Amino acid sequence: MTDDTALQRVKFYQTGTRTVGNRLLTEDDRTVQASMGRSNAITSGHRACQGCGEALGARYALDAAMRAADGRLVAVNATGCLEVFTTPFPETSWQIPWLHSVFGNAPAVATGVAAGLRMRGKTDVRVVAQGGDGGTTDIGFGCLSGMFERNDDVLYICYDNEAYMNTGVQRSSATPPTARTATTPALGDAPGNVFGTGKNMPRIAMAHNIPYVATASVSDLHDLEAKVTRAMGICGARYIHVFVPCPLGWGSASENTVLIARLAVECGLFPLFEAEHGDVVSVGKIRRRVPVDDYLRLQRRFAHLFRKGAEDRQRIEAIQRMADANITRYGLVDAEDDQ
Amino acid sequence: MMKQIEGSQGIAEAVALCRPQVVCAYPITPQTHIVEGVGAMVKAGALQHCEFINVESEFAALSVAIGASAVGARAYTATASQGLLFMAEAVYNAAGLGLPIVMTVGNRAIGAPINIWNDHSDSMALKDAGWIQLYAETNQEAADLHIQAFRLAEELSCPVMVCVDGFILTHAFERIEIPTQPQVDAYLPPFAPVQQLDVDNPYSIGAMVGPEAFTEVRYLGHQKQIEALDVIPRIAAEFEAAFGRASGGLVRPYRVEGAETVVVALGSVNGTIKDVIDAVRDAGAAIGSITISSFRPFPLAELHGLLAGAARVVCVEKSLAPGLGGVLASNVRMALRGMAVPVYTVIAGLGGRPITRASLADVFHLAADDKLDDVTFLDLNHAVIAQQLALADRDRHSGPIAENLLKALNPGLVRAKPQDERPKP
Repeated sequence: MTDDTALQRVKFYQTGTRTVGNRLLTEDDRTVQASMGRSNAITSGHRACQGCGEALGARYALDAAMRAADGRLVAVNATGCLEVFTTPFPETSWQIPWLHSVFGNAPAVATGVAAGLRMRGKTDVRVVAQGGDGGTTDIGFGCLSGMFERNDDVLYICYDNEAYMNTGVQRSSATPPTARTATTPALGDAPGNVFGTGKNMPRIAMAHNIPYVATASVSDLHDLEAKVTRAMGICGARYIHVFVPCPLGWGSASENTVLIARLAVECGLFPLFEAEHGDVVSVGKIRRRVPVDDYLRLQRRFAHLFRKGAEDRQRIEAIQRMADANITRYGLVDAEDDQ
Repeated sequence: MMKQIEGSQGIAEAVALCRPQVVCAYPITPQTHIVEGVGAMVKAGALQHCEFINVESEFAALSVAIGASAVGARAYTATASQGLLFMAEAVYNAAGLGLPIVMTVGNRAIGAPINIWNDHSDSMALKDAGWIQLYAETNQEAADLHIQAFRLAEELSCPVMVCVDGFILTHAFERIEIPTQPQVDAYLPPFAPVQQLDVDNPYSIGAMVGPEAFTEVRYLGHQKQIEALDVIPRIAAEFEAAFGRASGGLVRPYRVEGAETVVVALGSVNGTIKDVIDAVRDAGAAIGSITISSFRPFPLAELHGLLAGAARVVCVEKSLAPGLGGVLASNVRMALRGMAVPVYTVIAGLGGRPITRASLADVFHLAADDKLDDVTFLDLNHAVIAQQLALADRDRHSGPIAENLLKALNPGLVRAKPQDERPKP
């Protein structure tokens, strides 16, 4: 890190939560982000919306990866919000070498970067590829699966805000049932997105038996950093799926980004876990279980479920069953806590 | 050393001599033998310091090459036909980023109907993607052009597509002179990228550019191609000096002195054309030909000079611009601005249709009398076309055209269903 790097003193505390404040931890246990030595891989001044979950997640993830890689890191980016709000030329928020090619090829480009670095003898330089849910679960899916299957030495991070936000909030294969998007409008007998069979990217990643898969949320940035750090300590293909609320697309208050992310975890809709070589090795237990209503009500994309006098209990219950199934599948709630 | 080998093997050996550092492969006929050849050399240790990556699609193949090139590694891949179209987005991207990737295209038709045989529809579809496009006439030239292509690409920071006729060249066994490693090392210096992802000097590559500079970026891409018009002959001359044989360059005239009719073509068909020219010249016809080796950049000035005395030009081309006619002819007309010279288009060899000397001689005779149509389809089977048009006329549900044509060509091969068994639409 150079001396002219914009070092900003970050106030780091959280109120109204059960999270242990960073200030109460010992120096060694504090987040990378709380450190004056953080790299500011994505530095300030970018154009993300207020309360952008992706900006928050990417900043923590990249700085943790930078620390783990001792500052020797190259990032490849799919097209999307993260690419757009951190640029355009001549401005860039990236203080690390950064490459954007096209929408659907970030995993393959990262494979090429890693191979090129190896062949040039730069074996100490690590590679991160990143994209939104559209770039990951839809258009980049083939390239991502190929990168996993070859076990290329790339950490791929998906920032999942559950729709194509950069183009104006259209449905992706990560959009949840009933959610209103520009292409799943809140019209007709079953407003919003359909109940499909889902496309669970972390589990698909696990099915490739790659060394490391994890889910993380911007509601627990300590956990996100820890998972990125763990992933960076492993060679081969690694995948981290980060839950990042989008105030613009979800119709939520920008100050509620972290709260909504936490409620998604605590209701069970977004389980936190780690998997190694295809098997789950740890889960993030739910400390205070909440009904899915608490999570859904804060977002206008689900407003049609809660119309006055006409609550769509049937579909809310269907979403609750999805959360319950996650809790059972991953054992997110200990038996005695479940009373 | 002189070897009796398949064209693809010759290309593979030439590529290996260029010391590529990352080679990505996805199988598509007819380029498969090329990457298989390179892969075998990597696996056997004959080509060291090279990573051979089997990818899941052509889109990934070129994307891997983009990533490798962006960190300053010499990158190579090969494709054909549907594969080139499948990677089209990355083809434009590599050129826009100015990454000097070299890619072989084993020229093959585009479906539907699916067809694995040779024509130029694939590379013509991407002629304006910003890549330099070189077309090989022989297997020797196919090998040589790859050595020149790395030099050209890296000197200009521009990707180069080496177009090689599928099967006709890629699968033909001929004598090919394979140079030695020291020869190639002396001709091709190590890759010195103008931009690379470097942790010690970090910058962003590939960010958005708005209307205020996009035209200028494109203009500079165009200028780079114009610059290549000077670089291509220079490196071809240096190649000839170093290796003792002529290969590449912009254009190669053949017996054009005093020619009233000049034939223009790309790729391997020029061999057949020269045979025909020799025959009809000996019979007294004033005819010559020009092989275009560099289609992008297009050698307007050289063609203008060579065609100045011609009474007519016949473009023999293996691609079709439906609704217009010939792509090559349209480009050649650009070189003839201000000259009242008719340019005839002969669409030939589509989907691997053999281009025979007899058929070429016929169209050249017609051209000499200015009796050729503006657009002529060589050896078009008018009878089956008439049959199909009649069928379509009387039966709204006439079915797949391609199947009907083949049934018309092979009466009795497939038993026709009785009329009452056919499903009603």
